[in-house]
Amino acid sequence: MAQLISRLRVWRGAVLLLAGLYFLVPMAASVWFSIDDRDGISFEAYTGLLSAEGFTDSLVLTLELAAVTVVVLLLLLVPAMIAVRIGSPRLRPVLEVVCTLPLVVPPVALTAGLIGVLRWGPDYLMDTPFFQTFVFVQQPEFPLVLVVAYVLMALPLAYRALDSGLRAVDVPTLVEAARNCGASWPRAVVSVVLPNLRGALLNAAFLTLALVLGEFTTASILGYQPFAVWIYSVGNSQGQMSVAVSVLSLLITWVLLLLLAAAGRERRHKTAATS
Amino acid sequence: MTTAPTPVPTPAAAETSGGPGAPGPVTSSPAPPPVGRRLLRGGSWLATVPLLAFFLIGFGLPAVAIVTGAFTVSSDAETGAGAFTTANLTDSVQGAYWTALLSSIKLSALTALIGTVLGVPIAQAVLTSRFRMLREAVLTASGVLANFGGLPLAFAFVATLGNAGEVTRMFHLTDHGWSLYSFTGLAVTYLYFLVPLMVLTITPALEGLRVQWREAAQNNRATTLQYWRHIALPILFPSLLGGFVLLFGSAFAAYATAAAMVGATVPLISRQIADALSGNVLVGQGNLALALSLDMIIVAVLVMAVYLPLQRRSARWLS
Repeated sequence: MAQLISRLRVWRGAVLLLAGLYFLVPMAASVWFSIDDRDGISFEAYTGLLSAEGFTDSLVLTLELAAVTVVVLLLLLVPAMIAVRIGSPRLRPVLEVVCTLPLVVPPVALTAGLIGVLRWGPDYLMDTPFFQTFVFVQQPEFPLVLVVAYVLMALPLAYRALDSGLRAVDVPTLVEAARNCGASWPRAVVSVVLPNLRGALLNAAFLTLALVLGEFTTASILGYQPFAVWIYSVGNSQGQMSVAVSVLSLLITWVLLLLLAAAGRERRHKTAATS
Repeated sequence: MTTAPTPVPTPAAAETSGGPGAPGPVTSSPAPPPVGRRLLRGGSWLATVPLLAFFLIGFGLPAVAIVTGAFTVSSDAETGAGAFTTANLTDSVQGAYWTALLSSIKLSALTALIGTVLGVPIAQAVLTSRFRMLREAVLTASGVLANFGGLPLAFAFVATLGNAGEVTRMFHLTDHGWSLYSFTGLAVTYLYFLVPLMVLTITPALEGLRVQWREAAQNNRATTLQYWRHIALPILFPSLLGGFVLLFGSAFAAYATAAAMVGATVPLISRQIADALSGNVLVGQGNLALALSLDMIIVAVLVMAVYLPLQRRSARWLS
């Protein structure tokens, strides 16, 4: 028995070691690549970033897009999912299909479709409000068409995250209890259901955020320049800087995730203490 | 029996990533009174209307555009009105486009398979580890890496294994015939986010394997191998297949990594679509792009169609 356990440990250790190597080496190599200079070590690729042309503009645009996408996505998805749990279980398959279908359509194909739709507008609807809508969603300062694409792409991820959160909570009973205590509908949802979903909401928001931060396909084909597209243009001329940005983007994602995990944990402690 | 609420929610299976083991407060009321529930219903479906409306416009219109565009030839650029044709579709499955489609499918299937095979032992090793910290660290890392696709990944691999990459230079890999800008190089790069994705996907299912099943197998003198062969893997099979489909989809849809890394050396369907859309604006190229998109969607649908019926079966064991 002891032999078996030690054999298992060796096996487990080997698996983890190999996996660790495979995943750590590219990171270490990237960091090294970005600071390796002919005469030693140089952090120029990092320090030069802030002053690089287009860096702040593209970053701000991406963050704005991400914020709007997260808000729109949660506002659309959360009420629908709670409603399906509480009172309309028949709509559940519909919701599931709606939230799974975008998985079937790759971003490139979705972009092709969006371009197809946008081409309809100018052609036959010149003097109608439709045309103005098409112009409005494509304005370069804030391309709403990207938000539409991002919400669709994030839908399956967010649905999964929220669904697993909802599974752990008996929503109908919670709402029933709150309603019996005289809470209004919005209050029952906001102050009883949502706090229980905190982890799932954060998870969904994080996945969406990460998706938007890294999204390249749609934005580049439609001709906008959020952060990922900017990195691409930098990569063509300054190899070191593009790697530096890659390292930074990985770090930022990591920090975000750790912060969110910490936030979720803190909340859980609080509820445990007060209850 | 249509929509019976799952009687025993398994909080362990609900954690998708990075969550600490402690589950939230679980309210266990075995049989809620059906009378009170009816009071909750009135008009709750209204809350689903915004989502469905958004979906119909945001997803429905592009879908219509793809299908109609793929089957029309826009002879007149002014009105956009065109005649029905299957020429776009037949073009899209010939020559260079067909090669690209096959190459995409091959790359996705291969990387998804390797990702599935590698992801399971890693997830299992982490789950059974004594160190809680390790477990949390790996799950958090998987969450980050699974989303680490696209450009940064390409640049990181160029810095590591590219022609001037650190590892390439250190081990003189180029002399041994290594090239990152090839099919193999692309596969190695894709695995960097596919394996973590598999770890994330399969962890809840592995957690759902009850200890009692293993004990029962041991009491019947089954070896570890027999336990995996006859109990664990059959139960996990739908989840594994689901993971494979997810990985296939991710690899199949990936565009940025390949675009930034290999350029045109490895033909991929997603790149062909992007070229047809944004590159040379020949008349009709746009509709060819839509036809290629339709091909892509058909492949994805076929792969999904294999998976969906099986997923129901897994729900019996792993809720």
